[in-house]
Amino acid sequence: MGFIKSIAVAATAVFMIAGAANAGEKIKIGTEGAYPPFNNLTADGKLVGFDVDIAKALCAEMKVECEFVVQDWDGMIPALINSKFDAVIASMSITEDRLKKVDFSGKYYNTPPAIAVAKDSKIAGVSADDLKGVALGAQSSTTHSNYAEALLSGSDLKLYPSADEYKLDITSGRIDAVIDDVVVLSDWIASEDGACCKILGTLVPDDKINGIGAGIAVRKGETELRDRFTAAIAAIRANGKYKEINDKYFAFDVYGG
Amino acid sequence: MMRNNAASISSSLLDWARAPWPFARIFGHVVIALWIWGAIALVDNLIQSYDPDYMARYSPKYFWGFVTTLKLVVISVSIGAVLSIPVAFGRMSRNRIFAGFSYCYVYFFRGTPLLAQIFLVYYGFGQFRPELQDMGLWWLFRDAWYCALLTFSLNTAAYQAEILRGAVQSVPRGQPEAAQALGLHKAVIFFRIVLPQALIVALRPYGNEIILMVKGSAIVSIVTVFDLMGETKRAFSQTYDFQMYIYAALFYLVVVELMRRLWDVFEDRLTHHLKRIPDPE
Repeated sequence: MGFIKSIAVAATAVFMIAGAANAGEKIKIGTEGAYPPFNNLTADGKLVGFDVDIAKALCAEMKVECEFVVQDWDGMIPALINSKFDAVIASMSITEDRLKKVDFSGKYYNTPPAIAVAKDSKIAGVSADDLKGVALGAQSSTTHSNYAEALLSGSDLKLYPSADEYKLDITSGRIDAVIDDVVVLSDWIASEDGACCKILGTLVPDDKINGIGAGIAVRKGETELRDRFTAAIAAIRANGKYKEINDKYFAFDVYGG
Repeated sequence: MMRNNAASISSSLLDWARAPWPFARIFGHVVIALWIWGAIALVDNLIQSYDPDYMARYSPKYFWGFVTTLKLVVISVSIGAVLSIPVAFGRMSRNRIFAGFSYCYVYFFRGTPLLAQIFLVYYGFGQFRPELQDMGLWWLFRDAWYCALLTFSLNTAAYQAEILRGAVQSVPRGQPEAAQALGLHKAVIFFRIVLPQALIVALRPYGNEIILMVKGSAIVSIVTVFDLMGETKRAFSQTYDFQMYIYAALFYLVVVELMRRLWDVFEDRLTHHLKRIPDPE
């Protein structure tokens, strides 16, 4: 009896957010779990990261129970549309293309894309001319891969299923450069695995491709849930919870201008 | 004459309707009707959601992705066919080292998923760049396309070796023995007597293997080679429109259907001597 109870307690602790159980309303939240420092799975299978902490804070603010569902990136929007979960909190940028299929809350952070290269790289800069003919890696189905496809079309673009794979390939020297969020790249470079590389520079975001920052995606027409998330983001910005989480991960304000 | 025809058609229709309608027959008609309805709905869906922008943007990408898929399959199946010959003979060899090596090779490549194999070859060997450079093999493992070709060739060689072995062993022993009794050379016995008969047995399994490779190659985009499936996924990620997958399915269906017809022709040619010629009278 005691054993079963402890398993039940442990399971509840892993999947649910403590202190938000009074309303009884439950929201399932989809995230990727492969995009540190925003969301990733630890070796023992726990979800951690900025997105995850923000999600927990928002759920506490909205007084709802939240349950996380891990979903591969390229199936994220179809899974949301098919009600596998109710909201996506996975560093998903608010773009025109995505707004045709889903609704977004207001942004909860906005950081620019950047280019990372090997430490001894001879690439001079991050302009389209500098990157001409360069083997450039990106995660597929992202704003960054779309950016490279549209604005850095002279480069030899290679698309990977997740950030883990392009990191392996720039380490082994198969590709010369990678494009991703500046925070994701900085976090990786600061780690032991990223010792190979350095940030070459940040890129000027393109509003149409990069959107206006990362938001929380909900199914089209669920405006009530969308507005509650937007309000909750404003609330945690105001009450200092956001800053607390921000400072746990970053030395600067990721909310952006 | 025309009236006769019309009469015979209407009478055969009447016969069709008058024939007994047991449950199985009704069920069969319902199932067929459902399939036809599904096909019409699919085509209707494609027509309704037809978007000239998507067509202009993605059809060249689909085409080149399709070419990549075909190149990958044709080259790796050909290399695999060559590689499969020594492996098949190893499997039939009495030499224990040969036989053991071939056994392990086939065991490994048939026993593990192609996805794991390509991941291992591309990302796994990628970790050993200095060693591979020392051996002068980095040019091979650096390139995703070569890694994909290498993995697919090794994988299909294992399957093809088993097909070849089974087919050669299906030829009755009496045939090579009789040829030997006539004093024919070993090579002549194999190429003129055993192989032509073995190929008849092997033909259909070879066709299956190629079809499996066409569909199995859809995983290659995890190592950055963008085949038909990779382009489909990319198009889907930009449009979130499921018709992208329907078009990909149509491409794959066309290849498999063409293969099927080509194989019917091959079989017809190979088994010509086994067909009963109708009496001239």
